[in-house]
Amino acid sequence: MGSASLVSSSQGQTEKTARRRSFGPFLTVVASVVVLAIVWHLSATLWPSRAFPPPLDVLRAMARETARGEIPYHLAITLGRVAVSFLLAMVIGSAIGIFLGSHPRADRFLDPWVILSLNIPALVIIVLAYIWFGLNEVAAIGAVAFNKIPNVIVTMREGARALDLNYTDMAKVYKFGPLARLRHVLLPQLQPYLAAASRSGISLIWKIVLVVELLGRSNGVGFQINLYFQLFDVASILAYTLAFVCVMLVIEFLLVQPLEHASTRWRRRAA
Amino acid sequence: MNTLQPVGADAQLEIEVRHKSFEASRGGSIEVLRDLNFAVERNEFVCLVGPSGCGKTTTLRLLLGLDHSFEGRIKLPGEREPRIGMVFQEPILLPWRTVEENVRLGLPRSLSGKNLDHLFDALGLSGMRAFYPGELSLGLARRAALARALAIEPDLLVLDEPFVSLDEATAQQLRCLLLEIWSERPTTVLMVTHNLLEAIMLADRIIVLSPRPSHVVGSFLVRIPRQSRNAQVCSDILRSFHEKFPARAAI
Ligand SMILES: Nc1ncnc2c1ncn2[C@@H]1O[C@H](COP(=O)(O)OP(=O)(O)OP(=O)(O)O)[C@@H](O)[C@H]1O
Ligand SMILES: [Mg+2]
Repeated sequence: MGSASLVSSSQGQTEKTARRRSFGPFLTVVASVVVLAIVWHLSATLWPSRAFPPPLDVLRAMARETARGEIPYHLAITLGRVAVSFLLAMVIGSAIGIFLGSHPRADRFLDPWVILSLNIPALVIIVLAYIWFGLNEVAAIGAVAFNKIPNVIVTMREGARALDLNYTDMAKVYKFGPLARLRHVLLPQLQPYLAAASRSGISLIWKIVLVVELLGRSNGVGFQINLYFQLFDVASILAYTLAFVCVMLVIEFLLVQPLEHASTRWRRRAA
Repeated sequence: MNTLQPVGADAQLEIEVRHKSFEASRGGSIEVLRDLNFAVERNEFVCLVGPSGCGKTTTLRLLLGLDHSFEGRIKLPGEREPRIGMVFQEPILLPWRTVEENVRLGLPRSLSGKNLDHLFDALGLSGMRAFYPGELSLGLARRAALARALAIEPDLLVLDEPFVSLDEATAQQLRCLLLEIWSERPTTVLMVTHNLLEAIMLADRIIVLSPRPSHVVGSFLVRIPRQSRNAQVCSDILRSFHEKFPARAAI
């Protein structure tokens, strides 16, 4: 009896430490955010200025714009653009990258093009896209995707170079169809590279999308920020920024990280 | 089977390679095969032996259609696309798929959904179907590779040193399993090995290759039925093999 209760209490102990361990980082993050807000609030009250509103003003602006439906609307538009250009960049960049990685001669010829396009400033691509294709949605999304494609190419080319030809031979001997080859042979090997490319892709793309919207669209978070820039309404600018960053963080936590875990299940089991 | 019978009279598999060479990375080329001709008959079990690096794996890659840059001709069994079951020198299982998925992925459409219980049972893999290859020992991984090759009911079974680097007991067990499954459903087999006793135990005929550039030195028929090839008989056969191919005493 006594020993049983001893066991259960020691089990409770380990559970508690485990919980503390997993909640520890989370509490630290919360504390850090709270301190940031307090510092912000204090400095905004010490040096009051229209250009530097206290956090409560920002929250108020956020609530107002959300109630009017403005933030959800523009956020949805921007997220749509992020999603479409992200998908475009990943698909086109992966296709080109895998092709170059498995065709050394084509790679040698096209490598200067890749290096060149890697180094064109995002702004130049956006401006040129608007001039050549007009101030429309296609130009906007195309410009964003084009900014990201060279990065994807370089990452996926590395992935394709690292492909194990033994698996390719095996798939050939056992007459895998093109789809099976893609699903069971190619993608699992490229998965780490895809994950790396998407991770850096998302964070690059959502920044560029705002610029594209600012320069040539009449909706979206970037357009709104430009609008409030002209009105010199910093509280609203920060409100939109904050809302957008929050959404991107949620996407990162709820979508990107679980996906990464799911697709490496075999590796952890094998270890 | 008669040695005087012209090679390829009723051949299922004919290999006539006039020339095969590789570009060496430092320039120049190494000739691997020259005038390598042999044939394998329907349901014949042939072992291919030869010194290391003489081009055995290369020959198999040619007949599997994995390498097209050679001079010569290869005739595969059947008129339609033949089904070839291959066990590579390494197991080459997809690490991100389970044992069962690995085997099923090899199946042609006409056999998809096939019941594999018997095959897994026979190879002692029943308990491992849901395992990932990283969780298998080498012996088990080789069984899984064998299962994949046998599951497709091949017209031609090609094995590249399938039992190498296993301990002798495991290797012997796998040889017996292979023989058992093969006699249930005989098919044409071409197997590369370094182990002469293994070849003598399994084969109808042993084809001996020369060092590089490789050609056929001769072939050796094992006429004694398999069930009477015990250890004593095998070592007697080995002695007569060495008499016929004295240069091969080393292997
Ligand atoms: N892709 C390649 N490029 C250049 N040389 C190669 C290539 N593949 C094989 N060779 C050369 O061809 C020769 C035959 O190789 P192969 O793998 O066919 O030998 P093997 O008879 O299977 O040897 P082992 O018994 O050791 O497996 C070797 O000398 C090897 O160096
Ligand atoms: Mg070999």
